[in-house]
Formats: sequence, C-alpha cells, structure tokens
Amino acid sequence: MSEIATELPRQQPASVITEGGLVRGLLIAVAIVFLALFLVLPLVTVFVQAFAKGWGAYLAAFHEADAHAAIRLTLITAAIAVPFNLVFGIMASWAIAKFEFTGKNLLVTLIDLPFSVSPVVSGLIYVLVFGSQGLIGPWLLEHDIQIIFAIPGIVLATIFVTFPFVARQLIPLMQEQGTAEEEAALTLGASGWHAFRTVTLPNIRWGLLYSVLLCNARAMGEFGAVSVVSGHIRGLTNTLPLHVEILYNEYNFVASFAVASLLAGLALVTLGLKSLLEWRYAGDIAASGRRH
Amino acid sequence: MAPPLRPRRRFRQPSVIPGFGLTLGYTLTCLSLIVLLPLAALVVRASGLGLSGIWDVATDPRVASALRVSFGVSALAALTASLFGFLVAWVLTRYQFPGRKIVDAVVDLPFALPTAVAGIALASLYAPNGLVGAQLAKLGIEAAYTPVGIYIAMVFIGLPFAVRTVQPLIVEIDKEIEEASATLGAGRLHTLTRVVLPPLIPAVLTGFALAFARGVGEYGSIIFIAGNLPYVSEIAPLLIVIKLSEFDYGGACAIATIMLGISFVTLLAINLIQAWSRRRFGYV
Repeated sequence: MSEIATELPRQQPASVITEGGLVRGLLIAVAIVFLALFLVLPLVTVFVQAFAKGWGAYLAAFHEADAHAAIRLTLITAAIAVPFNLVFGIMASWAIAKFEFTGKNLLVTLIDLPFSVSPVVSGLIYVLVFGSQGLIGPWLLEHDIQIIFAIPGIVLATIFVTFPFVARQLIPLMQEQGTAEEEAALTLGASGWHAFRTVTLPNIRWGLLYSVLLCNARAMGEFGAVSVVSGHIRGLTNTLPLHVEILYNEYNFVASFAVASLLAGLALVTLGLKSLLEWRYAGDIAASGRRH
Repeated sequence: MAPPLRPRRRFRQPSVIPGFGLTLGYTLTCLSLIVLLPLAALVVRASGLGLSGIWDVATDPRVASALRVSFGVSALAALTASLFGFLVAWVLTRYQFPGRKIVDAVVDLPFALPTAVAGIALASLYAPNGLVGAQLAKLGIEAAYTPVGIYIAMVFIGLPFAVRTVQPLIVEIDKEIEEASATLGAGRLHTLTRVVLPPLIPAVLTGFALAFARGVGEYGSIIFIAGNLPYVSEIAPLLIVIKLSEFDYGGACAIATIMLGISFVTLLAINLIQAWSRRRFGYV
C-alpha cells in the first residue's frame, strides 16, 4: 500500500483546483484591460479634460454664481434626502427585522421598488401628481404652492431614487443579529428607546454608515429623475449634475468637466471609504458576507 | 377525542420587543406617500388611456424605434456585461495578484460615479476626435452618436450588477467538489464546465436581468454619447422627457407604462430563476 502512495506524483493540493499559470495570467490581463478601458479611462478623462486649459480655467468654473447655486442646491437636497432615508431605513428595518408578521415579503419588495424604476419614470410620476396638469396640480396652483420645477420636487425625486438604500442594507443585517440582545436589555429594565440606542445602534453602526455613504453619493449625483422635475432654471433649480449638462451642451467643456470633476471626486471618496469599511468591518456591514 | 384546536392565525407573532406599531406605521406611511401614491398616479393616468391608447403610442414609428433601440441594445450590452462580469468576478475571487483589492473597488465605480459625469466622459472619449473614438474611426467604426455609443454606456453601467451577483457565489463554491472532480480524473476544463459552472448559471442570469433592466431605464450616461437621432439612436427614456417637455403627459405615461411592464416581466423572470435555483441547488 505505502509503495503505491509514494509512487503517485506529489502535487500541491491547490494545483488541481486552479488553472495553469499562463491561463491565469491571461485571464487576469483580460479582466484588468477590460476594466481599465471601460471604467477607469472615463474617470481619468474627467480630470484630464477638466485641467485641459490649466488651473486658471479650472478654478474659473467655480467662480460663478450659477455654480455656487448648483453646489448649494445639491447640498440642500442631500441634507434633506439622506436623513429622511436614514430615519426611514432604521424604522423599516426595525419593523421588518425584529418582528414576524404577515405580508413582510411584500413589504420588502415594495421598499425595493424604486431601484427597478427608470430614473426618468421616477421623475415623471411626481410630475403626474404635482405638475400643472397633475392630480393635485390645480389645487397647488390655487394655493400658490410650487413643487415641480422647484426645490421640493427635486428633493422628493431624490428621496424616491434613494429610498431603498438604507433599509435594504440594514434589514438583512438586523435579521441576522436577531432579537436576543434587545430582549436581554428589556428584561434588565431598559426602555425600548434605551435598548435601541445602547444595544441595536452600536451593532448596526458600520452598516448604517456604509449605507448612508452610498445613499449620499446617489442623492448628490442623481440626474435623470431630478432632470425631469427641475425645469432647468439656472441659478434656481439646477443641481450639480444638471449644471454639468448645461455647460456641456453650451460647448463649455472645460467648465463642464471641472464641475464634473467635483462629482467624480465625491465618487472616489465614496469608493475609498466604502472599500475601507468593507475591509475593516466586513462582518458588521452585511449579513453573511453577501454584498448585494 | 376532541380535535386539536387550530391555532388562531394572527397578523403578528407575539414579541416583547416594543415599537412595532410605531415603526411599521411610519414605514407604511412613508412608503405610501413617497413610492406607492405617485406610482398609482401613473397607473391611473395610463388606465385612462386604455389598452388601445397605449398600443397607439407603442406602434407610433418613432416610439417603436426608441423601444427597439432601448431593449435591443440593452440586451446586447447586458450579454457583454455578463460575460466580462463573470470573468472579472472569477479573477477577483480565485486569483491572487498585486492590486486585487483596488481592482475590486474599481468595479463599483459605475455605482458611485454620477451618470451625467459618466455620460460626458464617455461622449468625449468616443467622439470621432476623442482618445478611443479616433482609433475606432480608423477601423471604420463610428461609436459616438450611434447605437454603438449607447451600447458602450450600457455596458459601463451594467457591469457592476453582473460582477456583484456572481462574485459571492464563486466565493462560496465548495472546493472539495472540484477536488473530487479532479481526483476522479476530470481535466480542469471538464471540471469547470461540468461541475463549477452549472450552479453559477442562475446567478449569471440574475446579473444579466439586472444589467438589462438598468440599461433599459438608464438616461444620464447615455444621452450625451447617443446623439439622440430619432429612429436611429433615440432611447425610450429620452422620448419620455421629450413628450413631457411638449406637455404630452398621455404619451409620456404610455411609454413609461410599457417600460414598467417589461421591467416587471424581467423582475418576475429573476424571481422565477431564483426560485428554480433554490429548488435545484438549494440557494439563490
């Protein structure tokens, strides 16, 4: 018996379950070239074009009242939409993850709905409700309340497209953590709010931060939905992405890419922080390692 | 003996955790006001048109052509994204190489980069005088302002969906099965095609469906590179915007309803794939 065993070629255990070195190198090369060409090159282009005429031209794009207004509006929109979805996400995941009730799956599906609706349709539905020919449009007109082609419409559309971000991250996470710790806290005399603040919140903080990060990136960068409800009034209802579009369509490429570079920078910071969170707190962000 | 008492079916299982009424009430209120009511407005508006009204809009040559472009190009782009997405997911999970984590982070770029920014960057790259466009022009390929441009933009935004749906499943493959296959005398290619790949097919299909649905609805990253020529490179979402700017709410609703209908069928297909996968392989 032992003679046969020694006659068998001794192989590294890993070598039977992977490809040959050449194939491996080739596949890695194809993947990296593909990603570089399709994903990285467009990102680099943004910065190359933004600085095509030097620092002066780059900075000039921001010394402009319309650019300031666009930055302000984008910040205002995110400052309303992100906290709104943060509170909603926590409320929804508390109800869904900590309790068993009929119709839960349907509820989760409905919360996910905005992800499968085209951004343009997301804007359209608000025009149908609040627009001049919309369901309550005439009533709004009578009372001199403007929602479409004004800031409230932009905020609403942004809330819609970012609606599922926090909830869908927290629900599986809180489901995996179960209710035992909260029950222990309650037995020891903590109030519900106290248990949430001292037991639940520390458990979900990294997942929460992670989802807020992604929610914010989308809120500041949303284009399609906001474009439909904004009316593109310069200096009044233009967010940063819409400002990029206007400058581009005016052939003011340097300014357009300069403003775009601001958003690209935000995307890079988001990706960096997101990766950092994934590497350091992988288990605290997502349930059982599944990322989406 | 008396028949056992049937447990009363309750809406909610008893629990000592407080706050059910508050949190569920808040959730349902927000969901109704932000998502369900506005979507209902679309349904009401579209049902006002009736099936024949929607059909009239759908068969309008310009609308039909836009729908064809949106769905046709998106299917091709999703196919490309699925193929390369699988390759990228495989390379990222199975091989060790310097910079792997950075490459992994780069995959999410289309999620993080605002679509308008991606749109103008792609347009300037693939324009006839752009970095890539000039090279393609030498080969006789016009990318920008044609359906090829739409395809490129759709591959860009669809790729992360394809990678991220397959990646967690490749991580979870039980290596012992591969070892068993190898011990039983199968070559590596044989093991891959007969043992490793089949359980991954549902995830690949799900990734394809997600990339497809995203491509059909996408607006920001496409309109700059597409050129938006009616009958050639005009996409359905853009036509909705055009109809809205003409205050043709009915037309906009009809196109939106058709798109939602097809997206709904796609989502249904994803759920069926996942249900089938659960039965066949025991996981999603």
